[in-house]
Amino acid sequence: MEIIEILFTASFWAAAIRIASPLIFATLGELICERAGVLNLGIEGIMVSGAFAGWMAVYSGTGLWSGVCIAMLVGMLFGLLHSTLTVPFGLSQHVVGLGVTLLATSSTYYAYRLALPEVTSPPKIEAFQPYEVPILVDIPLIGTALFSQTPLTYLALVLVVLVAVILYRTPLGLAVRAAGENPAAVAAQGLSVTAIRMGAVIVGSGLMAVGGAFLTMSAFDSFFFEMVNGRGWICIALVVFGSWQPGKALLGAVLFAAFDALQIRVQQTSFGTQIPYQFFLMMPYILSILALIIMSRRAEVPAALMIPFNKGER
Amino acid sequence: MVRFQMRLEPINNPNIARKSVPPAIALLTTILITSVLAMLAGANPFSVFGLILEGAFGSQFALLETLNRATPLIFTGLAVAVAFRAKFWNIGAEAQLYAGALITVLLGIGILQWPAAILLPFIIVASIIAGAILLLVPALLKTRFGVDEVVTTLLFNFIFLLFVSMLLEGPLKDPMGMGWPKSARLIPEARLPRLFEGLRLHWGFGLAIFSSIIVWVIQTKSTLGYEMRAVGLNKKAAAFAGISVNLVLIKTALISGGLAALAGFSEVAGLKGSLTLDLSPGFGYTGIIVAMLALLNPLGVVVAALFVAGIFVGADSMSRAAGVPTYLADIMLAVALLLMVLAIMLTRFRVIRD
Repeated sequence: MEIIEILFTASFWAAAIRIASPLIFATLGELICERAGVLNLGIEGIMVSGAFAGWMAVYSGTGLWSGVCIAMLVGMLFGLLHSTLTVPFGLSQHVVGLGVTLLATSSTYYAYRLALPEVTSPPKIEAFQPYEVPILVDIPLIGTALFSQTPLTYLALVLVVLVAVILYRTPLGLAVRAAGENPAAVAAQGLSVTAIRMGAVIVGSGLMAVGGAFLTMSAFDSFFFEMVNGRGWICIALVVFGSWQPGKALLGAVLFAAFDALQIRVQQTSFGTQIPYQFFLMMPYILSILALIIMSRRAEVPAALMIPFNKGER
Repeated sequence: MVRFQMRLEPINNPNIARKSVPPAIALLTTILITSVLAMLAGANPFSVFGLILEGAFGSQFALLETLNRATPLIFTGLAVAVAFRAKFWNIGAEAQLYAGALITVLLGIGILQWPAAILLPFIIVASIIAGAILLLVPALLKTRFGVDEVVTTLLFNFIFLLFVSMLLEGPLKDPMGMGWPKSARLIPEARLPRLFEGLRLHWGFGLAIFSSIIVWVIQTKSTLGYEMRAVGLNKKAAAFAGISVNLVLIKTALISGGLAALAGFSEVAGLKGSLTLDLSPGFGYTGIIVAMLALLNPLGVVVAALFVAGIFVGADSMSRAAGVPTYLADIMLAVALLLMVLAIMLTRFRVIRD
């Protein structure tokens, strides 16, 4: 069985971790927003803007890490816009989120056309290169899969731990979680629900943008329209699948990416070439829906998700 | 830390200034932002707006083009307006549009050799059913399993488009299509006739206007319309009043999906004559903007669709003349959407600083 053999190669798992990386950033970002009580449907557009901003910055001459920071700042700006409208003004998170996605996507495409009016194929940049972590890379199977990745992947994995520690072990994390569960209690403590929620959306949006930047600065070395291609929506499904917990969300992202890596490989087998390629491309989206169905009964949704908080109201 | 404490207080009897000033400011701000962006592209904002207006409404050709472009947007706008009114977040109008287009092609390329008077109504009903069934799946997932319909309808767009692509490169591929992934052409009996002799405007536009009136009647005059609004305002209160919330949501989804599918039917039968993967440049998503700008009012959807279509058609010709990327139109609409939602809220609430 070719398929079983694929599952035991290090290159397969290395690909899975690589495919998971942008999803990990964006899923963490969405998770932070939702934990504070705000659904951020701007995710898809914010990823597009981050993918462009990081790549364009590096193309214009900044360093790679500065590019990542610029992508994050652009994402945070859209997060500021989203949270201003949804938190203090309490506007529909669905409508504002979709509006932010439209705005981020169209302004990115506009900026692309202004910056590169003449090009037919987008220019390439010197993207992040894989870095082999000494010693650890020699562990069989896991070593090459986990420790011969690009620095952004390592950052994604570190961020999972960091976000989990902050959410569960610090007063800040407690405040964020409480803002999403019981905002009235947060207000009673003398904390500003508005500030906590806005902060969470801004930081979360920054992470989404870095997820987008991974695509242009690490996975590929160029920017294409439609390159985010629904990954943002998949991340929203992954947050549900992960029951709003960073560790489980990581597991979900890697599992999902493993299926994605598998379908690419199965496509190339003698069996796969007999099946229309669209069938394989559908699988990630179908899997996301299946995951939602399986997990929805058990999911512990933040109690105040999508419910605006207006001080003085009961 | 900066303390920005504010509170929203409902206004009981908003006066005319309260009702009109925030939307006016929103509109002006949208124009201002668009002007700045046009200047970034090195163009004179006045000539940009002039070119957009001229390209959209300046000649008979332009006007007909705008009406044609507005037709699918009326259908998808209605689909979104109906769903959002009941707080059923159908973001999948794009997929439902293609479902209608697909059925139109399947039934219209010659397997049914019926006269137009029977064939066209049959295809219309079949399209509505196809779109309704496609949205029934996310609706049932929501009511049965509690799966959020936003994500499922969004993901369905990707799945269904790939499905259509699979058919267009497989069984539905036109053998005469020079290798392009394109369906065969509809037989003449399956084509929508023109609204007026000699004018490039088809009956899809008439059907769209008719649909908006029907939806308006349903929403304002029927029990179902009342129930849909009640569910949208407060699910718990609606359930307490004896309304079966799930049943209302499913009925809403069926209507919404059917309306979006008519966009696909009308584009294929009225305009294109065959199915390709670029049938819709995002009409399903733009329908959300149309519905929101219309404040979810079915008759308002017609006006909003004409406005949005005008901007897109106008931006196309503006782009050719002034060299400003057409994406300016998308930015303008996104900004208008966000600011309008804010402005409408400010007509009903007062911001109080603590």
